[in-house]
Amino acid sequence: MSNSNKQRYIPHTDDDVARMLGVVGKPTVESLFAHIPARLRATRPLDIEPLDENSLLKHLGEIGSRSKPAIGSTYRDGAALSFLGAGVTPHTIPSAVDMLLQRSEWYTSYTPYQPEISQGTLQAIFEFQTMVCEIYGLGVANASMYDGASAAAEAVLMARRVTGRKHAIVAGAVHPHYDQTIDSYLAGEESGSHEDLAETRWGDDGRVALKALEQALAKSEDVACVVVQTPNFFGVVEDIKALADLAHARGALLVVANTEPVAFGVLQSPGALGADIVVGEGLGLAIPPTMGGPGVGLFAAKAEYTRQLPGRLVGETVDKDGRRGYVLTLATREQHIRREKATSNICTNQGLIALAFTIHMSLVGKRGLVELAQLNLAKSEYAKQQIAKLNGFSMAFSGPTFNEFAVRVRGGDANVTVEKLADQGIYAGCAATAPGMLPKGKADDVMIIAVTERHSKADIDKLVSALDWVQA
Amino acid sequence: MSDKTTKTGTPIATRQLLHTSRPIFEQGAPGRSGASLPPLDVPAVDATKLYGAAARTDGGPSLPEVSEVEVTRHYTRLSRWNYAIDIGLYPLGSCTMKYNPKVNERVARMPGFAGLHPAQPESTVEGALELMWGLERTLCEIGGFARVTLQPAAGAQGELCGVMMIRAYHADKGRRPSKVLIPDSAHGTNPASVALNGMETVSLKTGADGLVSVEAVKAACAAHKDDVAAIMITNPSTLGLFEEQLGEIADVVHEAGGLVYMDGANLNALLGKVRPGEAGVDVMHINLHKTFTTPHGGGGPGSGVVGVVSRLEPYLPTPTVEKMGEKYRLEYNRPKSIGRLRSFFGNFGMFVRAYTYIRELGGPGLTLATEMAVLNANYIRAKLADAYSLAYDKPSMHEVVFTDKKLKRDTGVQTLDVAKRLMDFGYHPPTIYFPLPAVTGGAGALMIEPTETETPETLDAFCDAMRAIADEAKENPEIAKNAPHGTALRRLDETRAARTPKLRWTRE
Repeated sequence: MSNSNKQRYIPHTDDDVARMLGVVGKPTVESLFAHIPARLRATRPLDIEPLDENSLLKHLGEIGSRSKPAIGSTYRDGAALSFLGAGVTPHTIPSAVDMLLQRSEWYTSYTPYQPEISQGTLQAIFEFQTMVCEIYGLGVANASMYDGASAAAEAVLMARRVTGRKHAIVAGAVHPHYDQTIDSYLAGEESGSHEDLAETRWGDDGRVALKALEQALAKSEDVACVVVQTPNFFGVVEDIKALADLAHARGALLVVANTEPVAFGVLQSPGALGADIVVGEGLGLAIPPTMGGPGVGLFAAKAEYTRQLPGRLVGETVDKDGRRGYVLTLATREQHIRREKATSNICTNQGLIALAFTIHMSLVGKRGLVELAQLNLAKSEYAKQQIAKLNGFSMAFSGPTFNEFAVRVRGGDANVTVEKLADQGIYAGCAATAPGMLPKGKADDVMIIAVTERHSKADIDKLVSALDWVQA
Repeated sequence: MSDKTTKTGTPIATRQLLHTSRPIFEQGAPGRSGASLPPLDVPAVDATKLYGAAARTDGGPSLPEVSEVEVTRHYTRLSRWNYAIDIGLYPLGSCTMKYNPKVNERVARMPGFAGLHPAQPESTVEGALELMWGLERTLCEIGGFARVTLQPAAGAQGELCGVMMIRAYHADKGRRPSKVLIPDSAHGTNPASVALNGMETVSLKTGADGLVSVEAVKAACAAHKDDVAAIMITNPSTLGLFEEQLGEIADVVHEAGGLVYMDGANLNALLGKVRPGEAGVDVMHINLHKTFTTPHGGGGPGSGVVGVVSRLEPYLPTPTVEKMGEKYRLEYNRPKSIGRLRSFFGNFGMFVRAYTYIRELGGPGLTLATEMAVLNANYIRAKLADAYSLAYDKPSMHEVVFTDKKLKRDTGVQTLDVAKRLMDFGYHPPTIYFPLPAVTGGAGALMIEPTETETPETLDAFCDAMRAIADEAKENPEIAKNAPHGTALRRLDETRAARTPKLRWTRE
């Protein structure tokens, strides 16, 4: 009998198996499956070829080499010069973040259901909740959602519970994926359709057309919430105070989506301006962009709505000896207790990415976030000014922006411009009507460009000359 | 029995210097920072001029003011207050806490995967699409499905997605059935996902043998004639039992016009043994973070991909990855699709890890994983059957459920005490007080899933600890009732946490 295990993650030798079968009282391993009826059994073995580590790394390395990344592992090693945002705006993630994430105690632990041996995760989530509250200016935040888009959909469902009303108005330039996700989540709800403002969704300044919103609100007494995004899909900063006043005047909540938390280093938080629920995406501040996931859905609300929140919450308490500690709490909102009456079906969330966000925000700190935001703003404004000077481009909207802005490609299709520049190793921006984004028609010539602290003046100048070249 | 045991019940936990670390907000000093920002090389911009009253003037959100050294120590110290699979056995039932291969982490961090921006032109992400396609094909091979969507972010979102497709399928046929049959042993996410779809759960009572009976399903279909959208069935069930009548149950539900949704949380018991898509199942979610070794990360990210048979393909979320010759592309034009469940493509980083694992093990390795997972569970069952009460007689698959019936009667020590006392011996407790059918009659369930990556020596030591706890309970039940004794914190006051919720740090 050979004594070797056949797979490095499975320790059983033939002797082990023989001894264990003796304890179990079965003649063969196969006999452990004998009770599965024949009609349910697989009729052939799995046809997947196994690979040793060397072959595995070669295979995956080859697949990886067939893409051209936007971000290199250190600086720009083999990566493009990228100005992509459109929902995920990559920032410089300090090395300490990933080094700490790679501690086994963080990434190979489970949901902290046993608090005595999970205090690390629990305290980190408590800190995460606090940071999300601080950044968005609200009283309570949960332990994370899947991403910003599903968080937006959950916010709409929460607004329906809070108000007892049905409809949601998605107003202005909200990221199309957020809009589409809200649609999917509401499709199963009775009368859950959200009212689209279609042709009047944004004005020449790129902001929500307030008059149109007011009219839409006046049409129904059954609007649970207005959903807006700031900075919005075009990078334009919305007038949150005016929007909150409009929504509140009609008894609706204001839900604010946000894909760039750094903006609140220079902008007042949505909570301070009257938002009731704020959701966002923290991916760009946590880990590399990773094709858009995993990210981390941020979810904050006014404290009075705590019991209507979806998802997990960590709370402070004490142990038997009176020492400060943390536990998962208010679980009576959740599916494992309430089943079909739960506030959401969410269980596993994005714990590790929430931790990465927390570590990064600790490093950046209070002063750092303001400086980071000022850097992003200044570089973005510089890029705007330079691009505005070009013959082939104009600014798409007049409203104020933060680190992302929309330009119009004179007489052209932004998708073509983007492709041409990608061939030159520059990801200049995201076409507003790229596949899966806005429908073709209204904004075919619009391209959205994100400029951050990652870009030097020389990088921006390179983009500007490339844009000039492509239109020449 | 010639066990290679450790000395009976010797704890494998010992003591070390363990540091408290106050909330990060209580550390540091005003003005301190761990940021490393580039110099401003363009003209400064005055935010107040640009934004007016909307500009921030209070010096920024109250984030911590600490150096990188303080941050590193804080999160290193905190990490040491966590148990983890890399530290030891993590026998949580239905959670499949198996070893997370290190090579997965290395591959996921390659710039060709981690450095991809989701809005890059399609022509620049050929490798990413190939990986997604490759993962979909291997999962189809494993599950016996026609297609798999990778978009759902976790198991619960996979369920939501599956039930949405079921609803769309019926709607496409002009029907609007409102009932979904769910056994009472199901995870709470099942009924919650049904409710999110505006449908109602019809609860099926688990039979005395722990299985769902075809008669119960027939009765429910008859009681809700023409109104059954689907059955959601976990297989193996959360009781660790194979639903032996699944084939007949599927026939009954299909005849009633419904579809069969299988919760694939426990797929680790079936690799190479059962292909659900060929066994009557129409749609199933798979937790990549369970069966396919992507790390749990202290509660996510997961990935809840969903497999479907061909008749449900038109309803898959948008976009799908298609292969045309040797090229891959994203398809957005899917008129019958349920739409989108989140931004972009799903938890791509988890796809890379799962694909790496599947390709390393291959068909033979995956089948071996299932075999050894089932052997390990049955080994624990055999070794603990006289010390704890077995919940059901039926053969166990990858996990085994005991109750505290006998122990509680004889000693007053119950499931929660056993769980907490296990920590003193150096183990994470099993899943407790779940599944629900095993909890009835005041019994507390202990649901143990060892997975295939544990050695028999580890299982022996764990079983010795479990037996030592049961023995000790007879002599001195107070030890277990007051456990844990060796952890950094003792039992926490959960009632106080819920009664006066403190959910964020505030300056005292």
